[in-house]
Amino acid sequence: MITSSVLEVESLTLTAASGEVLVDKVGFSLAAGESLGLVGESGSGKSLTLRAILGLLPRGVEQTGGTIRSKAVSAMVFQDPRGSLDPLCPVVKQVTEVVYYRQKTSLRAARSIALELLMRLGLPDSLATKDRYPSQLSGGQCQRVVIALALACKPGILLCDEPTTALDVTVQRQIIDTITNLQQELGFAMVFVTHNLAIAANLCARLAVMKQGRIVEYGATPALLQHPAEAYTQMLIDSVLPLPELEGGGI
Amino acid sequence: MNNIHSEPILTEKSTRPSALRRIVKTPSLLTGILMFAILILLAVLVPYLSPYDPSEQNLSAFLQPPSAAHWLGTDQLGRDLLTRLLYAARTDLAIMILAEIIPFCTGVLLGMISGYYGKWTDKVISLITDAFIAFPFYLIVIIVAFASGAGERGIYITFILVGWIVFARVVRGLTASFRKQEWIASAQTLGLPGHRILLRHLLPNVLPQAVVVLMTDMIGLLVAIVTLGYLGIGIAPPTPDWGTMIADGQPFITTAWWLSAVPGFAVVYTGIALSLLGDGLADIWRRKS
Amino acid sequence: MMEPALQVKDITVRYGDYTALDHITLELAQHTTLGLVGESGSGKSTLARVIAGLIAPDDGQLLLGSVELRKKRSKEQHKQIQMIFQNPDASLNPRHSVRQILAEALRFHRIVDRSQVERRSRELLEQVQLPARALDRYPHEFSGGQRQRIAIARALSVEPSLLIADEPTSALDVSVQRSVLELFHNLRTELNLTMLFISHDLGVIHAVSDTVAVMRQGKLAEVNSRDEFFLRPAHEYSRELLSAVPKMPEYHS
Repeated sequence: MITSSVLEVESLTLTAASGEVLVDKVGFSLAAGESLGLVGESGSGKSLTLRAILGLLPRGVEQTGGTIRSKAVSAMVFQDPRGSLDPLCPVVKQVTEVVYYRQKTSLRAARSIALELLMRLGLPDSLATKDRYPSQLSGGQCQRVVIALALACKPGILLCDEPTTALDVTVQRQIIDTITNLQQELGFAMVFVTHNLAIAANLCARLAVMKQGRIVEYGATPALLQHPAEAYTQMLIDSVLPLPELEGGGI
Repeated sequence: MNNIHSEPILTEKSTRPSALRRIVKTPSLLTGILMFAILILLAVLVPYLSPYDPSEQNLSAFLQPPSAAHWLGTDQLGRDLLTRLLYAARTDLAIMILAEIIPFCTGVLLGMISGYYGKWTDKVISLITDAFIAFPFYLIVIIVAFASGAGERGIYITFILVGWIVFARVVRGLTASFRKQEWIASAQTLGLPGHRILLRHLLPNVLPQAVVVLMTDMIGLLVAIVTLGYLGIGIAPPTPDWGTMIADGQPFITTAWWLSAVPGFAVVYTGIALSLLGDGLADIWRRKS
Repeated sequence: MMEPALQVKDITVRYGDYTALDHITLELAQHTTLGLVGESGSGKSTLARVIAGLIAPDDGQLLLGSVELRKKRSKEQHKQIQMIFQNPDASLNPRHSVRQILAEALRFHRIVDRSQVERRSRELLEQVQLPARALDRYPHEFSGGQRQRIAIARALSVEPSLLIADEPTSALDVSVQRSVLELFHNLRTELNLTMLFISHDLGVIHAVSDTVAVMRQGKLAEVNSRDEFFLRPAHEYSRELLSAVPKMPEYHS
């Protein structure tokens, strides 16, 4: 199955200017259409790994070892939806611009593609007649726009960096459902970074648990959750605080 | 199992570097401190270091170039230039420091009050600051100098009137941003009265930035003192002052250029020392938080 | 029946046209923890700040025991209600050492004799499981979880009758969150605290509360006992919230 992998990361090492090793020999591969969850706490290096794949390392951090081979276009969805949008540019225009430059269409076609994308992500139809600024949208709506921006690049790999952490639970649920549906429809591969093991377990077939810059455990989701080899993985499992089953079922 | 929690265990020794270590590790601050200390030391010790009197005229030895007896030469009245330069530093630096004390205190205090209490206190104080900013500083100095007669009194009065504004503005902004932070809310929840929150909690937090502003403000003030001296409405002769020295040397600029250049250089030197000090302090305090 | 520790009666807070709190009425029983849930903008933090005396309500009444809390509170009334905030980076004065932070509270309210301040500070740190050497450190030397422990020690130092915790674990890593929750649990039983615990995380609310209150858009949607709420929520919105929580997949092997 090696031939079908769209992304291969091999012993990736990232080092800070101070010499501190932030990501240490991290490796994984991703098949087309597959999703991988990178789980860990702050400082585990999960977000940096994602940024390295996108080639967007923050200043002062350098790749000092390993290789990243990618056969597909990748696009990223960040944690802070408002911070990832231009506050002074209305959203339809923002998406249109990305479509125009990335898909090399006419401006008119770009706009209709952009609108179609936004509608598909569940943004209100009224955007077609009246464009809105990010500040006029809710956090969840902004995150949908950010996902539309990412999809406008026609990515083969979608990189998600805690895309729902800043959102309310009900909105989080909607965004996760949206991402799941889109993945089934469009077939992109996905690397999903989160500190919430429950979200990763629901979204991803495989999980990599990261701690202090290393992958401490890596495997198929059910096996990893049922028989964690590392105490750290067990701790992450336990940190998903249990809730009793609702009588009469959920919505 | 002891390594599961990612929470670091509190180290045995504090990781906080000592004040001295921090100063040594900040070259700009160290240079600033050294430059300023040398200047102050020379200014304070000049009566003991120099064999000359700053106002003693010696008309037989006027406009001499630098020599072993007179390191920087003499002026048109035969007075030793280096001695006068350092006595002038005494005058100018003393005025510079003294004139900043009251404006600094009132500015910091009013800024904190305006930023912390907001509402009408803020409106009133902001109105005053805006009104004063609309006036050019030098215009006020010149008016006050004429009204109160030449000399340092004009500078003190002007500075008490307008000098606090720059501090008030900076501190007001800082305070307003701290006010939203939760440690202020916890102090309020404890029931601490406003003055206690201002003086014990906010003051230590706004002071560093205010001191950095003080350093740059002092440069401006020094330039003002020297300019007024140069224009003849500042410190009155025969008290030595860099401004009057520059003015006195002006007629001889082609033959004895150092008469004006040396006090000018002293102003530049002090300015660099103060801005290095300010930058260095800002650096240290930025790194700490 | 014992008198409630706190009664919130018809509290309303408006910002211009926007109603942040809309006639909230709520009771907090002695020695219990009320978990307050809601999404962003629901008004839960505003309610906490009203109770802590940081925001004056436009309408309504607060009763601490049988005494009404007015806009100007007495020193003693201030002492009775303490609060822990969400952001550990901003909840401690950056230029005060832990010693100063604890002593300020102890001295101002004359909790102990001057000579006993040091000993009491050490005890407080012990209570939140921090070593005594923390006393001479400054906030930036601690991790988020440790800072939150210091904030808890400060709040407890004045021996309040009601402790408000506004999302105290939301900014922390999951492992740290767990240990801070354990600390709350221990303190509750040890000190018999009455607590108002605010969180958007239903797992956290389940772990700490006796009673659960749900807020939505400035209104109270539901108040229920914990078990009843999690099994048979009375309000449709509560059900929606509960079903949105991501759960671990179940494997039957």
